[in-house]
Amino acid sequence: MLDVTANSTAPGAGAGAAASDEPLLVAANLGKSYGRLAACRDVSFELYSGEVLAIVGESGSGKSTLLQILSGQLTPNTGSVSYRMRDGVTRDLATMDEAERRFLFRTDWGFVHQDPAMGLRMAVSAGANVGERLMAVGHNHYGKIRDTATSWLERVEISPERIDDAPRTYSGGMRQRLQIARNLVTEPRLVFMDEPTGGLDVSVQARLLDMMRTLVSELGLSAIVVTHDLAVARLLSHRVMVMQGGRVIETGLTDQVLDDPREPYTQLLVSSILPA
Amino acid sequence: MIPMIDIRNAEKTFVMHLQDGIRLPVVRNVSFHVAPGECVVLSGPSGAGKSSILKMIFGNYRCDGGTIGVRHNGDVVDIATAEPREILGVRRDTIGYVSQFLRAVPRVAAIDVVAEPLLAAGVTREEARARAGALLKRLNIPERLWKLPPSTFSGGEQQRVNIARGFISDLPILLLDEPTASLDAANRAVVVELVAEKKRAGVAMVAIVHDDEVRHLIADRLVDVASFAAAAA
Repeated sequence: MLDVTANSTAPGAGAGAAASDEPLLVAANLGKSYGRLAACRDVSFELYSGEVLAIVGESGSGKSTLLQILSGQLTPNTGSVSYRMRDGVTRDLATMDEAERRFLFRTDWGFVHQDPAMGLRMAVSAGANVGERLMAVGHNHYGKIRDTATSWLERVEISPERIDDAPRTYSGGMRQRLQIARNLVTEPRLVFMDEPTGGLDVSVQARLLDMMRTLVSELGLSAIVVTHDLAVARLLSHRVMVMQGGRVIETGLTDQVLDDPREPYTQLLVSSILPA
Repeated sequence: MIPMIDIRNAEKTFVMHLQDGIRLPVVRNVSFHVAPGECVVLSGPSGAGKSSILKMIFGNYRCDGGTIGVRHNGDVVDIATAEPREILGVRRDTIGYVSQFLRAVPRVAAIDVVAEPLLAAGVTREEARARAGALLKRLNIPERLWKLPPSTFSGGEQQRVNIARGFISDLPILLLDEPTASLDAANRAVVVELVAEKKRAGVAMVAIVHDDEVRHLIADRLVDVASFAAAAA
């Protein structure tokens, strides 16, 4: 657990600054069951441009299932996810074909996995990992791709001298930063993050969180971050949704939910934080 | 004069579900207003709910009844019922809050902690840093500390960084929770000066100050919070 309570230093910059009145993403009545087990039920919310939403709850609360549905990797049994495309048209993910969804995933969206090995190609160079996403959107000038990759490595505090090394030679924290660079190089508008600071040392977490916070506010990104760590939610998000047993039981401004929790389960979560 | 803050019958009760659902009434029938350029000081014994009222105005604590009207970009927003996005907008453009303690982010330099609200308001990094440096200097934080994260600072230094962060932006409402608590006389005087400058700029302020001398110097009006005490029902 990080001792990073940042009520007055939450990343308030992005939200609303350039926000359109139309939400970027709308989830309506999402539900998903596995046999008799309901992994998530009746989840509805709107995400606006520049907003960072944290989904918190313990293991098994349905937050990872929800993230998979929101990012189009899992089809819900009920409800829909709509996304406002770059051309301003809002589309229902279910009506897109596979090629359209893949294109969205490669360009306008990012997905940061807890395990960097899931989001990186471990055997190819760091430069190629970052460059690959650029090539996928049509860049083909080798020198320019390499320059862009170099500048992104610097942005995530990886020495450009390591550009030709494969991520399997990197430490856990470096791999996670490389994964973030790979995701952000195409300038996505929405990034999904699944326990982004998961298996990292506390000191490495602090550095990563600070970096993510800066990038999110500088780029005006929207993000949906799944985390069981309330300190991560406090530091990164504007709003929080608390999940329990597949349902959203409490939602609001992050500092409001964490400082004035209403629901019994939220009070339990907040009171369970060990003081550092 | 149209008030900047207009609170009517606001109330707050904590329900502690982990302690058998015990209800802790905090305040009830909170009603007062604050005009531009005016500093209202909340008075009353500790535990009377002064900080809770500030937190309710900032949208940090939820309000269980009544209204908290705040003038925001020409309209009135009721913080008690506003959506999270609206409250974020109010915090960006209208209300600044100087809390009792600095909640610092690891690794961020003091000067950037102070400059951040200006960056959020669209000021360039150079100008924001220059203004942050000038304010830190005024509050007697030596320049060699500016590049260090405030988590390594003494309590009084941290509080001055916090004050600088709160006073740097040009927001029309400022909430001050014990801004001078751990400061020496010289720095208390700087804070009194800063408050006076904000008044001249038309900023509406609500403050909690235990130091009688500082209270006397900054208060235009006292609001006695004891009269809002919510008796246990």
